[in-house]
Amino acid sequence: MTTATFDMPVGAQKPSSTAGIAVALLLPIALVNAIGFILPVFNLARMSFNEALPGGGIAEAFTAANWTGLLQDSFYIELILNSIMVSLGITFATLLASYPIALYLHRASGAWRTFLTVLVISPLLTSAVVRTYGWIALLAEQGPVANVIAAMGFQPPRMMFNTTGVVIGLTEILMPYMILSLMAGFGRLDPKVEEAARTLGATPFRTFWRVILPLTLPGIALGCLLCFVLAISSFITLKLMGGGRVFLLATEIYDQAIVTLNWPLAATLSMLVLIIFGAALAVYSRVLRMIEG
Amino acid sequence: MEDNPTSWFMRITVTILFLFLLAPVLLVFPISFSGDQILAFPPSSWSLRWYEALLGNNVMMSAFLTSLGLASVVTVLSLIIAIPASYAIVRLKVTGSEFLFNLFTAPLLLPTIVLGLAILIIFASMGLLATFTGLVIGHLVITLPYALRVLSVSLGNLNLACEEAASSLGAKPLAVFGKVTLPMMAPGIVAATALCFLVSFDEVVITLFLTGPRMTTLPVELFHHVESQADPLVASVSVLLILMTLAVVMIVDRTMGLTKAFVK
Repeated sequence: MTTATFDMPVGAQKPSSTAGIAVALLLPIALVNAIGFILPVFNLARMSFNEALPGGGIAEAFTAANWTGLLQDSFYIELILNSIMVSLGITFATLLASYPIALYLHRASGAWRTFLTVLVISPLLTSAVVRTYGWIALLAEQGPVANVIAAMGFQPPRMMFNTTGVVIGLTEILMPYMILSLMAGFGRLDPKVEEAARTLGATPFRTFWRVILPLTLPGIALGCLLCFVLAISSFITLKLMGGGRVFLLATEIYDQAIVTLNWPLAATLSMLVLIIFGAALAVYSRVLRMIEG
Repeated sequence: MEDNPTSWFMRITVTILFLFLLAPVLLVFPISFSGDQILAFPPSSWSLRWYEALLGNNVMMSAFLTSLGLASVVTVLSLIIAIPASYAIVRLKVTGSEFLFNLFTAPLLLPTIVLGLAILIIFASMGLLATFTGLVIGHLVITLPYALRVLSVSLGNLNLACEEAASSLGAKPLAVFGKVTLPMMAPGIVAATALCFLVSFDEVVITLFLTGPRMTTLPVELFHHVESQADPLVASVSVLLILMTLAVVMIVDRTMGLTKAFVK
């Protein structure tokens, strides 16, 4: 989601032969891009208008039946709404869990800050399967979390193979993305501004609510956009923590593609995910304009 | 910070949240030394039996070798393809280079579940499913954007003066590239190598669509294992994977500094 900037040589004149060289240099990457990205994605969009035959067959057609069928089926309406609600919940939980860390990191300095930043990034370099496996061990029925809750005198709730497990696992998995987005947006947060508010007699809570929070809203918006789109399209944690009992968009796409072999329906659901992405992006730019304006 | 009356509250909160963030990764270390038959924490006894079980598990070992070979081939190809491409985009400044850069990095914007399905449908008609070639192309789709991005930034930050000096002293363009530009890009190349290797080695979702019983990778095999049973075997694999990642990251850190390579 970030674009790199280059220092282009100013006024560099290129001889006509460089065009031929450039084409030769770009040909391999263009080829991979065409075979592995452009062609598959256009084909996927086309597939969503094909007709699914019973038993996994596909008839070439140009019908909106998949789309209308999807929007009339109460199972899928509920699936879509559930996916959006759960993803919003995960995004909010991730924000709550990440904000203090990001604020602390923003204020830290030197080697301590570098060390903590590495700690934040390191889970990103660990496979999602491994981290989900760790959560399965933690949240299992006789697991450590359940034991602690029981020791405090409460009845431990079921935290595996349901939405609770999915939310806890994904919150932790998405935290690094949120923390890095928040930190990127914290640039405007000058400690002097906080100090000014405190010397003028504002309580810590009031300083946070009226000074710190408004200044960090752009970072919050960016982090929420990123986590929402990652949450609604995440598959591994959903599949493993849900244990086949939590049905959301990503698992349904996989099941339709691999188990039921209804590719037109899987393609339609995928396109739907992309439409939700577009909607999230539109909301984000609106919110950003409201904050800045 | 010291005179801030809320700082102790902040510190405790941050400590708890860091524990939450790191708990699942830290937990696999003690579990991998479990002597129990099933996944439980804390284990009732300690042993190395799950590391022995791993060495004796042919499916896991062959999946590991496939992953290692796949990630190596993908990394080498990524560099061979992305270095010329970044040169064309940044140095030759071809028409529409910004559009091309965005197009070639666009696969990263798609969710892997959508990209995986899209590639599955196309590869099925080309007979590339569950083949090594199919996996290589599928992985290149997502490693090339990283390689192109890191290499373009690295190339863009280089001072043109050295290259200009070399060519004004009579060096041919290819010699300038090979003897001046390429060596100066070394930190970027190291970062791109590490990133491509880790991305390819860890890739699950796209690979899940492209593998079959004939050909499977380690992350996909781990996924199926966790899906079907809960034993400490995955923990021992995880520990080895984490140590491998750590080794790769330390090599990058020695060469160019971790934060430079991954944060910017």
